[in-house]
This record gives sequence, C-alpha cells and structure tokens, in this order.
Amino acid sequence: MIRRINLTINGDKVGIDVQPSMRLLDVLREILNLTGTKEGCSIGECGACTVVINGNAVNSCLIVIGQCEGSEITTIEGLEKNGELNKLQKSFMEKGAVQCGFCTPGMIMSAYALLLKNPNPTEVEIQEAIAGNLCRCTGYKQIIEAIKSP
Amino acid sequence: MSRKVIKSVTNLYDKKIERLAEVPDEKLPPLKNNKELKYIGRGISRIDGYDKVSGTAVFTFDKILKNMAHARILRCPHPHAKIRKIDITKAMNIKGVIDIITKDNTEKIDWYDGDTFIFDEHLRYQGDEIACVAAENEVIASMALKKIEVEYEILSHVTDKMTAVKEDAPKLYDWGNISPDANPAKYNRGDYEQGLKNADQIIEEEYNTQFVIHNPTEVHCSTVDWNGDHLTIWDSTQGIFAVRNSVAAALKIPQNKITVIKKYMGGGFGAKLEAGKYTVMAALLAKRIGRPVRITIDRKEMNLAVGNRPDSYQRLTVGVKNDGTLTALGMTMYGAMGAHRDGAGCQWPLRSLYKCPNVKVEEYHVAINTGRSRPFRAPGHVQGTFAFESIIDMAAEKIGMDPIEFRLKNYAEVEANWEIPWTTKLLKECYKQGAEAINWKSKRNKKAGEGKGPVKRGVGMASQIWWGTGGPPAYATVKLNRDGSVHVLSGTQDIGCGTYTILAQVAAEVLEIPVERITVSLGNTDEHPYGPSSGGSMTASSVTPAVYDGALQIKAKLMSGASALLGVREDNLVYSQGVIYSKDDKNKKKSIQEVVRETHEQILVATGARNARPQGVMLNSFGAQFAEVEVNLETGKVKVLKIVAAHDIGRTINRKLLENQFHGGIIQGIGYALLEERVIDHYTGKVLTTNLHNYKMPTIKDAPEIEVIIVSEGDDQISAIGAKGIGEPAIIPTAGAIANAVYNATGVRIRTLPITPDKILNQVYNIG
Repeated sequence: MIRRINLTINGDKVGIDVQPSMRLLDVLREILNLTGTKEGCSIGECGACTVVINGNAVNSCLIVIGQCEGSEITTIEGLEKNGELNKLQKSFMEKGAVQCGFCTPGMIMSAYALLLKNPNPTEVEIQEAIAGNLCRCTGYKQIIEAIKSP
Repeated sequence: MSRKVIKSVTNLYDKKIERLAEVPDEKLPPLKNNKELKYIGRGISRIDGYDKVSGTAVFTFDKILKNMAHARILRCPHPHAKIRKIDITKAMNIKGVIDIITKDNTEKIDWYDGDTFIFDEHLRYQGDEIACVAAENEVIASMALKKIEVEYEILSHVTDKMTAVKEDAPKLYDWGNISPDANPAKYNRGDYEQGLKNADQIIEEEYNTQFVIHNPTEVHCSTVDWNGDHLTIWDSTQGIFAVRNSVAAALKIPQNKITVIKKYMGGGFGAKLEAGKYTVMAALLAKRIGRPVRITIDRKEMNLAVGNRPDSYQRLTVGVKNDGTLTALGMTMYGAMGAHRDGAGCQWPLRSLYKCPNVKVEEYHVAINTGRSRPFRAPGHVQGTFAFESIIDMAAEKIGMDPIEFRLKNYAEVEANWEIPWTTKLLKECYKQGAEAINWKSKRNKKAGEGKGPVKRGVGMASQIWWGTGGPPAYATVKLNRDGSVHVLSGTQDIGCGTYTILAQVAAEVLEIPVERITVSLGNTDEHPYGPSSGGSMTASSVTPAVYDGALQIKAKLMSGASALLGVREDNLVYSQGVIYSKDDKNKKKSIQEVVRETHEQILVATGARNARPQGVMLNSFGAQFAEVEVNLETGKVKVLKIVAAHDIGRTINRKLLENQFHGGIIQGIGYALLEERVIDHYTGKVLTTNLHNYKMPTIKDAPEIEVIIVSEGDDQISAIGAKGIGEPAIIPTAGAIANAVYNATGVRIRTLPITPDKILNQVYNIG
C-alpha cells in the first residue's frame, strides 16, 4: 500500500509516495539518492547508517519510513551549508579522523546529534555518543579529538 | 631516463618469487635529508578528506546505474551436502524476478585453483553458492531466494581441524583433508635434536588461536555493465588487475574487453585481494538480461563465505642455555584452510625473529567444512607471533632474565633463513625507545601477579618482523598541464590508507609545488599504468618510487625545455619552487608553466617505474609493541590501558596517515587478543557469529591510549623514497604484547585466544 509521507530532509520539505514499510535507509539511498548514508550491518550494530531525526541520532536501518511522518531528518549531505563544510566535518579532516571513510558519515552524524544537545561534551560523553559506531580501520582517538575541538 | 628489464627476486615465505619488470636503468638521485623535505614526512591532511566527510565520496557500494537490476546469492545452509535437484520455478514466478542462474543453466567455470566451480554440485560449507537471482530490487531478490527449492543429499561434516586429520573423518577431497601442499610443510635448520641436547632448559607449550573475520565496514560488492562485448566492473577490491584477469579467465574473454574501476573502498584487510564469485555471477546475469547488475554480499555472507584468518594449534619447543642463548626452536602446527586450499601456516616469526642455529618446523594445512580462509592483515605472522612471543617470554622468565634483555641476547644480526644481511634493522632501537615510553622498569612486576588487590596491573611486550618493502613492477604516469597543475595516475588503488595523498606528496616534493595543485587518479585498469594490488604492506613502498621517477622525468623535460628557451646550458640551470633559473643571471628564468607553453606542449607526460629490489640483502620491517593492562580478577575482564608501538618502517611519508594506520592496526590487534572469534557449533557445523552483534569487534570503549614511535629515518637501499610499509606491522605484535602483559599482571598465562574473562577466571581459580 503506497502512502504519501511528508518529511523535512536537510531543510527541504518533501512528500514521497512510498511503501510505509520501507526502511528509512533505503528511502534515503534509493529514492532520494542520498548515498552518503551507508549500510554496514543492517541490524543496528555498526552505526554506518546513522542520521539525525528530530535532533536524535538513529540507525536508519532500524526505522521504517512510515514512522517518519512530519519528521525533520538531517543526513551527512545536509551539514554543508552554502558550499562550506560544517565545523565538525572540517575538524574530522584536520584531526585525521578519517581513513577509509565508510563509517565516517555515521560517525559524524552521531557526533552532530551529541553537539546539538551538548556543545561541550566530556571525553566520556563523546565515547557514549559514538559507542554504537564501529570503525574497523582508523582507530578512535582521532575521532574523539575531532569531536572535542570544533 | 632509460629503462631496462630485470629479473626482480623477492624472498616471500618459502617462495623465491622471480618477476621480470622494467625498472629505471640507473639508481635515482636520493631524497634530501628528512628535515629539508617540504612535503614527504609532513602530516598533511588527506586530499580525499572532503569527499569522505561531505558524503559525496562514491564507494562501490554506492554505484548506481540506470535500469540496474539487483542480485543476491542463495547459499547452502548445511556444512556439507550435494545438490540432488534445484527447482527455480516458484522463484521465477515472483513479480520482479528477472533471472536466476544455477549449475543447471550455466557452464562450469573453474574457481579456487580448480578445487571447485562457480556453481558446484558438491557444497563444502555453510555459505557455499547455489544460485544467483537478479530482480528489480534487493527485497524481491531476497524473497526469491526463499522460493528456490533445493533437494540436498546431506553429507557428514567436519568443522574442526584436529578431528579432520583423523583417518575416519569425513573427507572433503579425493586427496583427503590435509593439503598436498602442506602434509606436512617442513623446514629444518642446523641440528634441532642436538640443539635440544645443548640446552639447559627446555620449554614446551601448546597454543591455540581462533578464526577471525575481516569484516570491513563496506561489504563485498560489485556493479557490472556490458556495453556490447565490453564489460565494466566497479568492484570493492584491493586489486583491480587481479579482478580483471580472473574475470577475463572465468568468462573466456580478452583482458582488453574488461575495465575494472575502484575509487573509494570501505576496507578490505586482505579479504578483497582476489576476485569474488559474486562478480562473475553478476557479469553472467547482466549479459543474460541485458541490464547492469549490482550485487552485494550481506553481513551474514561476509561472516560465512568471503574469507577469514585461519585458526591455529601450535606446539612450540624452546631450548635455551642458562645464559639466555637459544639453542633450538621447534614447531608443530595445524591450521584450518576452510573448504578450499589456501595458506594456513604461521612459522615465520619463529624462523626469523631471533638468532637460533637449530630450527625444526612441521605444518599441516587442513581442509574443513567452513568458508575458505584468505590472507588477513599479516597472514600467519599474527597467530605465529602471539604464540612464539608468549613462549619467548616464558623462556626469559625460566632463566631469570628480563624479556628485553633476553631478546637482545638472541638478536639476529643477519637473516637466518638465507644468511644474508638486512638493508636496515633498527629493532634494538625499538626496544629501547618503546621500553622508555611504557616505563618498563618501573611498571613491570618483578614477580608476575604480585600486585595487591583484585585489580592487577602489568606490562608485557612482543616483537615484530614483516616482509613489506615493495618492488617492481609498479608504474605511475605524471602529467604536467600548461597551468602548472599535475595529474598522477597509477593502476594501484587506495583502500583507505591514504595512497592518493602520499603519491601527491611525492610529486609535490620533486616538482616543488603545493599538494593542492596535484590530482591523483587511481583504480582504473584501462586508464592507468599497472600498479600492484594493495596487500602485503607494499603499496606505498612500490608505488611512491614510481611517482618519484615519473616526476623526476618531468623535471628533466622542464630543464631541457628551459635550456632551449633561455639559451643556457642545463648544468647551468637551477630548479626551485617550480621556476628554472640561470645560475649566473637570476633574471633569466622560466616558470614551469612558461616552459610547457613556450615549447608548444599541451601536457608533459612521463611514466615512472619502481626501481629493482637490491639483491643479496634481506628487506624487512621491524617493531616492538608494549602493552600495559589492567585485569580484574573478580570479573576476569582485561582492559588495555596503553600500547606503545615502536617501529622501524623506513621513511615516514605522512605522519598523520601513519597514525591512522597504526591506531587501526593496534585496535584490530586488541580485537584479536581479547574479543573477536568466529564461533562454530561443531555438532551442526554452523557458524554462530554471523552478525556484528555476535561477532565482537572493538568499539571506542575498547580503545586504549596509543603512542606510536618511529625509530627509522628511511632506507635508501630499498628505494629513493625508502619506505618499508606499515599496514601489517601495526597488528603483528599486539596480541603477544597483551598476553605477556596479562601474565605479568596476574601470574596466569592464557594460551588460547581470545583472552576472554572465562579463561582468566578458570585459570586464576584453577577450574577446568
């Protein structure tokens, strides 16, 4: 059963006609072509698909689009404004918090949600915020540094 | 600069690899001293950073083509079976299913060196391929998999190597279960038995290491597209040319009819060094349906069917004199290859880390009914170093010597397997600087486990040796545009480690222009000269010298052009910051842009080649890691507090990227030491850890403080760049250092990885 779902995605109001049972991740990647959001494990363990919904970091592989009516969703593509990267994105580059880059969008979105609520997090709070984001190649120290400093 | 074809000889494991390769005729001029270098060695931010933080980086996983179909693979649910019958009728009737291929409607295509076929009726592990479905989307393809009816003849299985070697075990092959290549693989040096007789102490121990899975964050995937008889493959691969050649052979089409492309990739760690069956299946389907096909392997398949580090049982013997001199080293080991042949050994740390005249090794590589192993970040060395450095720690303790002193006592001055000197070996310096950084003397318990209270602390260390160091063939084309901007092209790939950035740094160094003016393009078999697969810690050490050569050739062309334009002899010209001056008259000058323009060139082009490996010497990287751990004897939990990694890796090209590599490798090593394990229920033959919930990889909470110390400045004998490679050295000694630290903290030795709380508690309280 196709249903119209109204959302705000990266500041733009959109209405999409879609099966409500479709995963948000698939809507982002396949319908809206927002492939910056990645899929790593499909069960909410790796955090590669993290997006921010109404200010909260969520795994978009565990959300179906039918749950998202009226939501404000920010993906990695929504952080750059007027051709300028968000300070968190810049900080990830400068601190060397990126290697292969596949976990990076999810990592940045978890950090972005943290900083929305808590602009000056402690190291422990940063660890809590990204404990659900797996990195397999870079290590984590540089990521903490990047989130601390923007 | 002229070229010659040489025979490049590399000693790698027991193989003497000889390759013909075109290399520069003369030794290239050396780099300046590290302090004078402007780009090489600097911690420049990665040049692909924007793409990766902005979400615009297109990984293979993100490659979407118009009218693309989606493919999924049906895999065997049993550990050992034969197919009696496949019925695809019901699956084909699902709306949105386009095509299904199986053994019944495709030709037999050899795979795994002729051990099997793309679709084999003999299924040798849970996860073996049965059918591949193309559908309008992945959901429909997955639904169709459930509607394919397969009648199996269930065969008895064996998923444990020590059971598989018994006479009455179910057999996977006509030749049995022990690989003809290693039944056993033997190595003898000196007189082992006499060495034992000469020993004052003999230590014998058994060690076991687990299977671990690469689990890169980006799953294995390909997107394929036929245009007439030309096939384009976007693949998440560590070797574009390896994929091209394998797929061309499988499909029996010429190599020039295939283009393989890889831009960004979410890790590989060895699992993506070879072409996957899935790529061939996607190509077959795409041809049949006349549409592009995207195929992805899901996380469960990742944990079943696309590689793992082999496990090991290692029985080690050390003979030592009371003064610390090693007299004999012995090893009998069994390693499981999985269902098809692959290397499963781990003898090299024992054979090459220390001076010992008498060595005896026997290795058995065993087939079992699980997914085939693949090289995994320092294959063999990770499992071998854990066990060997554990028993070396014991030997030192037995004769009452400090572990570092013991290692220095047995320090190898020449490579023992071939009795040739090393180009450079700075392992002593690694011991010295690493020990200072971890506060070895003050933090080490004099008696293991002597700390008060239930939470114990201790330190331990382990050494590392690895091959790396690269070699020909490897090429890079350097193109200089009229505006002074530069392209660097090479058919290697950046698998995340920073190859794009370091190649730009090398070109920038030679041409003395900012990195921002350089674009690096990698990963296209049609457009780029040959570059090696990204494995063995050899990409940087192989390709950076080729860029260096290419850039020097461009510089030579510029000097020649400027000479003609200025009417000044070349030896009277000086090149500085992209401008060529007359030594006598500074006003006589031409910028590189002017030279290109005024010589009526559009683009200057040169292809550089990697120099030959030096002969008669051995090339290795070395290192030592030191771990400080805290062990809670009430919970059994081990917490790694700090790792100091002191390494001899030749020249550092980019300190910031180097830190990434070391941190990532060490954290993977912590996973190997404490957390990760593919668990199999031997009764059912099924893998129990097929997702990232059950398969435990380190998270940020498992990451300790890490200090990386590089003791080396460069190794001019390897190449002008002098880099040895760092990807694999980073992980090799971590588990051994942690295990020895756990012993120092608690007084109990864990001989079976991973070191989980149950093992600690069982030993501490003497249970089981």
